[in-house]
Amino acid sequence: MNATPRPPQAPRLVEVRRNALKQNDTLARALRDRFRKAGVRVISMVSSPGAGKTTLLEKTLIMLLRHWRVAALVGDLATENDAARLARSQAPVKQIITGEVCHLDAAMVERALDGWNLEELDLLFIENVGNLVCPASYDLGEDLRLVLLSVTEGEDKPLKYPTIFNTADVAVITKIDLAGPVEFDLAAARDNIHRVRHGMEIIEVSSKTGEGMEAWLRFLQHQRGEVLSDVSCDSGQGCRDSG
Amino acid sequence: MSIIEGATEEALRHGAVKVKAVHLKLGPLSGVARDALLFSYELACEGTALEGSRLVIEEVPATVFCRSCEVERALTSIQRMRCPVCDTPAPQISRGREIELVALEFAA
Repeated sequence: MNATPRPPQAPRLVEVRRNALKQNDTLARALRDRFRKAGVRVISMVSSPGAGKTTLLEKTLIMLLRHWRVAALVGDLATENDAARLARSQAPVKQIITGEVCHLDAAMVERALDGWNLEELDLLFIENVGNLVCPASYDLGEDLRLVLLSVTEGEDKPLKYPTIFNTADVAVITKIDLAGPVEFDLAAARDNIHRVRHGMEIIEVSSKTGEGMEAWLRFLQHQRGEVLSDVSCDSGQGCRDSG
Repeated sequence: MSIIEGATEEALRHGAVKVKAVHLKLGPLSGVARDALLFSYELACEGTALEGSRLVIEEVPATVFCRSCEVERALTSIQRMRCPVCDTPAPQISRGREIELVALEFAA
């Protein structure tokens, strides 16, 4: 296009102005379109390693499977352990092994969806690699991004990683059953979350005891814009830890 | 790596053989740390048209649009998403997420 020959001496400065993550953003937009057309809601989860993404997801898939067609993609650096855990829920699950990459990107999600018919799904979860830094920069085409914070991590995580909290839509405080023993200050945590993202919705859960799971499910129902009849926690198989 | 790819693509488009410098705008909410980027840049450039080039980073402030003041304001800290003047909570970030290739310097 630009065929004008230049004099070979002086260095030249050319303005480019493009987003370095343009490729990912373009792909993420295409994915978002695809999800919308297929009528599937997509929720991604980010957190530090060990905050309880997989456990919450496993319990959630078990409870939702009775009502909706749910599936999950799960990112991990090296193992397929999480997919194996999630597969116990009987929901379709696919592992994305990122190798040395510390986050998921839109291309990985697109590749992982290969062979799945999105129109057969109501809700798709994407569990990101445990990392509170890099996943913040990559749009995956999701409708909603959850950031998880476990009580064992301390109340100041939102202040230490403001970007990930700021790019998320909803915060989920996990392992709430341990709040007492570790002297987690819930009010301070809420305040810190709201300092970096004013008005952010906060959900508190314990995947282990089932505490807060009803509110969590109500939130998911709201996401689907539906009211389900039977998502209570008393079936023994759902949010209660049945061992 | 996206920076390298983008810059290489632009260099080719402009018919450049050798890139001397890459100018980048970086926001505090980009999720990318300046030092980490500078540290890895040289290594990431090896074997590309950018090998031996400098990475020049311009850090830009995060800004919010304050609905009370009705004006865009630079945040003093990304740990406090409020208008720095009137203290109104500011849920909408205007700028600060940039990882933007601004310009390339070519040898000739």
